[in-house]
Amino acid sequence: MPSKEINAPGQVAFGKSKPRPVQKLDWRNYIVYFAFIGVLIYFSISLFDDGFVSTDNLLNIARQTAMISIMGVAMTFVISTGEIDLSVGSTTALASLTAALAIQSGFGMLGGLVAGLGTGLIVGLINGLLITRFVIPSFLVTLGMMGIVKGMAMWVTDTAPVPIINSAFNFLFGSGDIGSVPILLVWTLLATVAAHILLRKTSFGRQTLATGGNESAARFSGVKTHRIKLMVFLGTGLAAGFAGILYAGRMHAGRYTFGDGDELSVIAAVILGGTSLFGGVGTVIGTLIGSLMIGTINNGLIIMGLDVSQQMMIKGLIIILAVAFGKKAMKN
Amino acid sequence: MEQPLLMMENISKSFNGITVLDSVSFSVKKGEVHALMGGNGAGKSTLMKILTGVYSADQGDIFIDGKKVEIHNTDDARNNYISMIFQEFSLIPSLTVAQNIFLTRESKTSLGLLNDKQCIEETEKLLEELDVDIHPNDIVGNLGVGYWQMTEIAKALSQETKILVMDEPTSSLTQKETEILFSFIQRLKNKGYAIIYISHRMEEIFEICDRITVLRDGKFVATEECRNTDLDTVIQHIVGRDSNKAFEWKERPYSTDVTPVLEVKNLQAGSKVKDVSFKVFPGEILGIAGLMGSGRSETARAIFGIDAKEGGEILINGEQKTIKTAPDAIDAGLALIPEDRRMQGLILEHSVKENIILPILSKLKKGPVLDEAKANEMASHFVEKLRIKTDDIFKTSRLLSGGNQQKIVLAKWLANNPEILILDEPTIGVDIGAKTEIIDVIRELADSGKAIVVISSEFPELMALSDRVIAMHNGQVVKELRRTEIHSEEELQHAIQGN
Ligand SMILES: Nc1ncnc2c1ncn2[C@@H]1O[C@H](COP(=O)(O)OP(=O)(O)OP(=O)(O)O)[C@@H](O)[C@H]1O
Ligand SMILES: [Mg+2]
Repeated sequence: MPSKEINAPGQVAFGKSKPRPVQKLDWRNYIVYFAFIGVLIYFSISLFDDGFVSTDNLLNIARQTAMISIMGVAMTFVISTGEIDLSVGSTTALASLTAALAIQSGFGMLGGLVAGLGTGLIVGLINGLLITRFVIPSFLVTLGMMGIVKGMAMWVTDTAPVPIINSAFNFLFGSGDIGSVPILLVWTLLATVAAHILLRKTSFGRQTLATGGNESAARFSGVKTHRIKLMVFLGTGLAAGFAGILYAGRMHAGRYTFGDGDELSVIAAVILGGTSLFGGVGTVIGTLIGSLMIGTINNGLIIMGLDVSQQMMIKGLIIILAVAFGKKAMKN
Repeated sequence: MEQPLLMMENISKSFNGITVLDSVSFSVKKGEVHALMGGNGAGKSTLMKILTGVYSADQGDIFIDGKKVEIHNTDDARNNYISMIFQEFSLIPSLTVAQNIFLTRESKTSLGLLNDKQCIEETEKLLEELDVDIHPNDIVGNLGVGYWQMTEIAKALSQETKILVMDEPTSSLTQKETEILFSFIQRLKNKGYAIIYISHRMEEIFEICDRITVLRDGKFVATEECRNTDLDTVIQHIVGRDSNKAFEWKERPYSTDVTPVLEVKNLQAGSKVKDVSFKVFPGEILGIAGLMGSGRSETARAIFGIDAKEGGEILINGEQKTIKTAPDAIDAGLALIPEDRRMQGLILEHSVKENIILPILSKLKKGPVLDEAKANEMASHFVEKLRIKTDDIFKTSRLLSGGNQQKIVLAKWLANNPEILILDEPTIGVDIGAKTEIIDVIRELADSGKAIVVISSEFPELMALSDRVIAMHNGQVVKELRRTEIHSEEELQHAIQGN
């Protein structure tokens, strides 16, 4: 086969690479942003007289969604690897109690912080090791952990709440405002920015997406996929621990009911935000918006005077519609 | 005598007690292109995966520059300057070309953050050098298979390398791209790289390789200098018997005075299919030739209802049909064997048998339940017919060699016995012995009155099979030739250039 020069006109495949526009921005990836803006506008108009748009109310939304947002940015990594963590809600409860107990026993604010975060890390470590060493699906491992940790949270004080009398702790981790900015909003933004940089700008983030995109290909490329998975579960553990501390600081107590059902809100926020449940595609900012959107809907429905049962149904419906709409748009 | 750059000595490997490599030795010199050949499942990929640290050998040693080295993982291989282009793609579909190429080796800013700009620039340079028309920011999952291959190659070349393993690199490239690749290999060779080249395409081997080593059933058969051997000897080494009339065309009688089984009129779909019309008669094999990007696969996908049609008609037995989805197509009697079979055609975690019987489950019923005996018989029949190398029909498909996985997908659609069969690159990655078998099976099907469309980038295959060939260029049919009018591959080559 002589390599003669054959250059057909208009040849598509190979030729001098001509400059091409950078990947076009695809509005479908931003569906959650439009949905969020839509929800905001809707409530602003319909609930204008009820004070929905007041600064107070908007900051309140930020306070109410902080824990979900913070766990959400960590969950974005787990879901990006194609895994899931159902244990975050229970971990939150246990961490609020261990933090409260540490403070009650005189270890101070730092002691509370270490106990709460440590609790989260230990749960994350156990999850991660079971998933990577024993190759058990994360759904099962964390479903089991969800029960175990919840049980421990109930057992550790025999379901009694533990009050926290440490104003510095309560101020810094939940109740305080800096000027008029709630400290919870500050934590949320810090977590989001850090996680965004981690996912987009570091090799760890890149390898997280690679692991979820095609695990065996990632391994062939030298990605230590097990280590990555272990790290992302440590991440959700840590975030759940911190969320527990924030609940404790906000309510001035540790309590086993904190974080009840949060795992579902967290996962919903992540998926709404545009992270793929199948792994490989993830966005931290999207998760934040997803979380704010769920919070805004909650808030608006409450102001509208709907009762809890109606709220739950409408929230569920909106989540399904948003995801379905995003999926549909993705296909076309 | 010159010291070989790489020596692998007495390598053995077994999986679950089944020996896959049995004391295989093999060496490569600097500046040499060394072909590694053998039938599907002979152990080529496994041997190379041992070299690159994906598997570790049960026995045997590896020497580089005469020094013994231990390779236990992909990092070790990289530290010994070994890169491999895997048969199963090692790309992440959701990442961009640049992100894939530099995965785990990204350049960093002084803050330790990823320096995407530099990765993109370097990727741009690499792609330009390879003369590939893709952008570093293209998402790999949106690119065609041929581009995946080139991205793989760019990835392997982006790291400092002395030994480059290519496992069937041309299996999804067209002639033109293959030529670009070969001139590249030539350059690497002159720079002193040692290249191990695995392929089932004989012409390629004799074009670019210096030496050939043949494995059969996990055992070393021979190493030969290319210039001192010939095609027949090599084929004999590979199949262990005399080769037969592999690629000879046989004129088969059929009539063109009847209604065509499949008629496509002015088909339009997406940006790749602009105006395609053709007919296929009962008992006829129609070949479609064309460059990558000429719209061949896209035409097949549009006919089959996978991509939306924007214009034109599909007539089946003279009757106009609306085909909007793949099930519509199957109902109309069509079957499509897609191009990237391992991605689209196979459930890797299921057994060989389960994959083969999947499309015909409804035909294998005994009362309300599956007729297991008949299903097993069916699966065994095709395993034998296509010479699928597997321990038994219950083995997980993922554990079969690349070529054998391809054969399962073929078996799956052949078992369905469709009226009209469209095959997109039917023998990619299939060994020479099985190629003949597959060609025979396709002919048999045509003889029994089926209409067959074969899309292929391998001219010998098109020449052996087709009764008529249409050439596509830029989404249009530019030429139609009866097989009897084609006298050489050059004529086909000419036709697909669009002039
Ligand atoms: N992980 C595994 N577990 C069990 N069997 C395996 C595994 N990997 C490979 N094999 C078996 O080893 C044999 C050799 O496979 P290998 O992939 O090396 O073949 P090959 O020569 O590359 O074939 P092809 O030309 O089809 O790519 C096959 O029979 C295959 O089924
Ligand atoms: Mg192979």
